[in-house]
Amino acid sequence: MVEQLLYAIEVSLNGLMTGILYSLVALGFVLIFKASGVFNYAQGIMVLFAALTLVGLQAGQVPFAHLINAVFGTRIYSFGWNLPAIAAIALSAMVMVVLAMAVEKFILKFLVHQEPVILFMATIGLAYFLEGFGELMWGGEIKPLDLPLPVGISDTIESATFERFGYGFFIDKLDIAAACVAAVLVLSLVLFFQYSKIGRALRAVADDHQAALSVGISLRYIWVVIWSIAGIVGLAAGIMWGAKSGVQFSLSLIALKALPVLMLGGFTSIPGAILGGIIIGVGEKLFDFFMNPIIGGATENWFAYMLALIFLVFRPQGLFGERIIERV
Amino acid sequence: MKLNVTVAALICSLAAPVAHADLVIPWLSYRTGPFSPSGIPAGDGFHDYFSLLNERDGGIGGVPINVIDCETAYNTQKGVECYESTKGQGSLLYQPLSTGITYQLIPKGTAEGIPIFSMGYGRTAAADGRYFPWVFNFPAHYWDGASIAIKHILDLNGGDIAGKKITLVHLNAAYGREPIPTLQALAEVHGFEVDFVPIDFASSQEQKSQWLDIRRKKPDYILMWGWGIMNAVAIQEAANIRYPMENFIGIWWSGSENDVLPAGERAHGYKALALHRPGKGAPIFDDLQEYVFDKGLAAGTGEHAGTVLYNRGAYGAMLTAEAIKTAQEIHGVAEITPAMMRDGLENLVMTEEKMAANGFPNFGPSFAVSCENHGGGGEAWIQQWDAHATEWKLITDLIQSDKELINRLVREDAEKYAAENNIEPRDC
Repeated sequence: MVEQLLYAIEVSLNGLMTGILYSLVALGFVLIFKASGVFNYAQGIMVLFAALTLVGLQAGQVPFAHLINAVFGTRIYSFGWNLPAIAAIALSAMVMVVLAMAVEKFILKFLVHQEPVILFMATIGLAYFLEGFGELMWGGEIKPLDLPLPVGISDTIESATFERFGYGFFIDKLDIAAACVAAVLVLSLVLFFQYSKIGRALRAVADDHQAALSVGISLRYIWVVIWSIAGIVGLAAGIMWGAKSGVQFSLSLIALKALPVLMLGGFTSIPGAILGGIIIGVGEKLFDFFMNPIIGGATENWFAYMLALIFLVFRPQGLFGERIIERV
Repeated sequence: MKLNVTVAALICSLAAPVAHADLVIPWLSYRTGPFSPSGIPAGDGFHDYFSLLNERDGGIGGVPINVIDCETAYNTQKGVECYESTKGQGSLLYQPLSTGITYQLIPKGTAEGIPIFSMGYGRTAAADGRYFPWVFNFPAHYWDGASIAIKHILDLNGGDIAGKKITLVHLNAAYGREPIPTLQALAEVHGFEVDFVPIDFASSQEQKSQWLDIRRKKPDYILMWGWGIMNAVAIQEAANIRYPMENFIGIWWSGSENDVLPAGERAHGYKALALHRPGKGAPIFDDLQEYVFDKGLAAGTGEHAGTVLYNRGAYGAMLTAEAIKTAQEIHGVAEITPAMMRDGLENLVMTEEKMAANGFPNFGPSFAVSCENHGGGGEAWIQQWDAHATEWKLITDLIQSDKELINRLVREDAEKYAAENNIEPRDC
């Protein structure tokens, strides 16, 4: 019995860590939805694109090498450098800013005042474009992430819990690092939204596009800022998830895990994304732990959505989402 | 009346498979999507080998080979669309490189008289040629794989694994569930405990709860039937819980460089079954360099040559080419039809001499296909990942599966399939 309790605590802690990783992906969705009312279907692909760019730049891979070689008959694949991690991350962040500017210039500016569903469909198109573009730019091969991230079981936690309970808990050092990154990101974003001039402008745009425009806030500038931030958050998520499996196109599938987090936490709340992630992470792990012996496992995928659905029934706007009241 | 005869003749001529000027071989590729890291090298190997035959030998029997690429993105629906859109071009056989697509193409290929060659994947029961005359899965199938893995574990334990705990980590799909009945049957024979840990494809990226469970249960050995990202994450998680890698054994679809490289040094010692040799040691790579890579004819960059999945594609192409040669010899014509191709596959005899002559000495097992046996000899090696040298190394001789048991299971499953689908066995 005590053993089972200890296992359940270990599972919960790991669920909490995993939930924070889900939240990292969900944050990108929330930022864009909060500022523009657009559900960005392409966020998962942006995570992948950011990670691909990072490993490509770091390893000195020539972008569009296959295309260039096919057209010009050359055989150029590498610049021959290996960038330091920090430089590669900074350059990748800049690429995400350029991507945000391109999205605004070639898509969003033509869709101002359109219905949200139109903007949503535009992001579906963007997702497919970006998937192909990313593959053309960096190739479809799997790429190991060469960053000095801690991985593997935390010996400190294992030995401390073993001394205390007679059972050493498993906590992945990478998950601890991800939790720290998520904490820094959330704190920075909350402070940015609350106290910076751009942050206030972002909130104004989020509240009412027309009113924000009427007081001189540039909607296009705000969109570039928010898509840039979402891209950089996507880069952080891509690094953490890419460290687990290498950078490959399956990374974009992680967006599927962010959806129930958003449904649960609300599409407009940064703390909601974090809490939603933790509830989904802990919930799915505990459910699997208790139900696995009965129904045979593989429950996590559907359980997350079922949990989100239950929350939706009782609180359609999510835990922290803004309640929409339309009066006749 | 004359008009009716003419129309009927026209319809017959359009409907009947005809020999084409080229040997048309569709390749259902996946160079895009989540499984592209596996689909690209396999596709490159397949294309490059046929490019080599075209460049060096002018095709097979003097007839050029035309490989038609159709992108499936590993999507079953797209795979079926590819089949439908290419079958009219004189396609000799289909190689879907996907168990899901293979399942869908088995009834179609059977009804329309086009062979399906699922090398080491697909429906295991298709090894029984009496019920699956148009389907081939040589040189070994999933159930052979399960048996070979258990035989290797038996070898490591002096032939006694009674009471040992073996866990199968598998993709929660038709492919991943394939070895379950075999492992259950083998558990009864050898007295080991077996349990199953399914992982949904959508959850492949996050396997924490499964590996926490494994950490608690402490199995003596873990087998893996995974594909794509699931393999890399599973190996990473096994390393995280400090599971001894030498006790972790994947099927041949869980044993490529893609699966181990993301875990770096921590993947050292991981094992997998091998249908063929890894690496660039075979003479065929010299010819590929001279006739394909140096001439700029490579399907990709040539950088994948020698990797497990590139070699899988090239090996599959070599077996296909040998089956074509066999068909040409049987029927005495160079331009063959799908029905002739089927005969070639069914009468294929792969000897070491033939492999060596093709530049693949000791590259794969020797085996013979027959009317009854479409699954080949059921042999494979065990390979182990050397993370320091970043290469796979074969660590055993070829291991023969427990054919007596496996053949019985295959026969039972084939008979069950036949009963469900009203299929009469043919005489062999």
